[in-house]
Amino acid sequence: MFLLPWLAGFFLLTLGPTLASLVLSFTNFDLIQAPRWVGTANYERIATADAKFWRSMWVTFLYVIMSVPLKLAFALGVAMMLNRGIQGLPLYRALFYLPSLLGASVAIAVLWRKLFAGDGLLNQFLAMFGFEGPSWVSNPDYALYTLVVLSIWQFGSPMIIFLAGLRQIPQDMYEAASLDGASPLRQFVKITLPLLTPVIFFNAIVQTIDAFKAFTPAFIISEGTGGPVDSTLFYTLYLYQEAFGYLRMGYASALAWVLVVIVAVFTAFSFLTSRYWVHYDD
Amino acid sequence: MARVDLETVFKRYAEVEVIHGVDLTIDPGEFVVFVGPSGCGKSTLLRMIAGLEDISGGTLRIDGEPMNDVPPAKRGIAMVFQSYALYPHMSVYKNLAFGLETARMPKAEIEKRVRAAARILQIDPLLELKPKALSGGQRQRVAIGRAIVREPRLFLFDEPLSNLDAELRVQMRVEIAKLHKDLGVTMIYVTHDQVEAMTMADKIVVLRSGVVEQVGRPLDLYNRPANQFVAGFIGSPKMNFLNASLRSASGQGASIALNGRGLDLPGQRAAAPGPVVLGVRPEHLTVTPSPGAVALGDAKVVIVEHLGGETIVYATLQDGQPVTVSLQGQRDVGGDSAIAVYADPATCHLFDATGASLRA
Repeated sequence: MFLLPWLAGFFLLTLGPTLASLVLSFTNFDLIQAPRWVGTANYERIATADAKFWRSMWVTFLYVIMSVPLKLAFALGVAMMLNRGIQGLPLYRALFYLPSLLGASVAIAVLWRKLFAGDGLLNQFLAMFGFEGPSWVSNPDYALYTLVVLSIWQFGSPMIIFLAGLRQIPQDMYEAASLDGASPLRQFVKITLPLLTPVIFFNAIVQTIDAFKAFTPAFIISEGTGGPVDSTLFYTLYLYQEAFGYLRMGYASALAWVLVVIVAVFTAFSFLTSRYWVHYDD
Repeated sequence: MARVDLETVFKRYAEVEVIHGVDLTIDPGEFVVFVGPSGCGKSTLLRMIAGLEDISGGTLRIDGEPMNDVPPAKRGIAMVFQSYALYPHMSVYKNLAFGLETARMPKAEIEKRVRAAARILQIDPLLELKPKALSGGQRQRVAIGRAIVREPRLFLFDEPLSNLDAELRVQMRVEIAKLHKDLGVTMIYVTHDQVEAMTMADKIVVLRSGVVEQVGRPLDLYNRPANQFVAGFIGSPKMNFLNASLRSASGQGASIALNGRGLDLPGQRAAAPGPVVLGVRPEHLTVTPSPGAVALGDAKVVIVEHLGGETIVYATLQDGQPVTVSLQGQRDVGGDSAIAVYADPATCHLFDATGASLRA
């Protein structure tokens, strides 16, 4: 009874459209005429005749590979600093978390664009030291990196989780290690990292799935084009173009399902390997 | 084997002083137990010796060398933690080897030491297992093994048995005592359990609120407690404390009034008349007249505990003061019955208003 609103929402707004998109992925559908059944033609085209699919896949893959490890490393670094028992911890925690709240918003992406533009703040700063920076967002060689940096800047939520994970490690492990003469580095490598692997694993999965789905920043920074020269053509951006730019709903649905499968395969693979590197105690 | 000297050692956290100038000497090869109620500072004192806590004032010497500023790893000590502090992601072997690997000892030597320690503690079959696969007692052995392999000059134990069940505790108690005998190394052991202290220690240090109340051999503490706190802490069931008044104390003996009766105690120092506390251990009380014993008065039985080997009677004296009597063997004492309580004055203790013993 009390679940009804949630159930209604789930079936009407989540499960319904999801299943509909699965059906649509086997059709041609332009929102105007009725969907026309085409069998697996959409999937065949994705696999064989769509250079942009591979391009967007590659861009997304690069983004995931770069942003996730860097973001996690940064989040862990800040969490370890905060874990050293400084005063005003709640304040710092909130401040560091702030970018994550703002980061996904359109406003910040616009701000980011200004920051890294040809006459943006970064270049003005560099100019003070006599460097003349390129327009980071409009140079195909750098545009993706600005998005990676934007993603790292949103390290708040993995940081909070790391902080909670660090708190779980009993202090006497470190005391025992220091009696054994282990340096802080050795303590980090031999104790902190292994005991944190469940949290690292969780963060890695969540952040990777998030990164695969990243859309807003690329959309804003490239003004919806995925440019310059498709250098920021994220998979979801390409999907969006197909769906709402060219009104190829059937094809876009097929793209969406390919992404679902890719993420599912990645996640399954992560879980399979996890038992070789994730330590759960008790 | 190390000698440890604490010279007026203090510990302060910001404004709060928790250790108030402790002086203590621990001789080479001694098994010393720090005992006291929770919050008495015994663990803090141990952690200061380990180097896990800074020393706010005074000097710690190990084998004569000042250790205040020496990092924990360089003090030549090993410590067994209450929680065992085993690394959950490492096998037992790796746990034992961790300190030696950190010290970059040759692999062959590490293997030799780990195998030797495993043999002593009978954990050889467990070496490839992770700690989560071990029972509490086995984890305890691994934690001790981790200390042994380092071949320290000083072992520190921080309440190592408190996570074990009663039976294992007795067993490990014996094993740690045996280990001390075999290795001959100086050991400092922290516990709140006076039975552990009495059974294991060469020397007991009784602490309360950051102050050393008494230092001595177990039976000295039992027979000649320096004050009422030590008297009540050592021994089980707890010593009876009865309010009395001192009529006179000349230096040869004391004469007190208890419940309207006069009682003469030998071997007490001179003191001014006034209120005193008479201390008698339950096992020194009887319910039948015996040579040398004098009557303390009649009492009403409240509860009787039959333990088989002994019978413990909880009763109240005529003036309402509770008294516990521990009788050898199985005695037929009924509830609600009246008994007469007798004590040998030679086994009685007197404490003045400050709690200090009047024993000469």
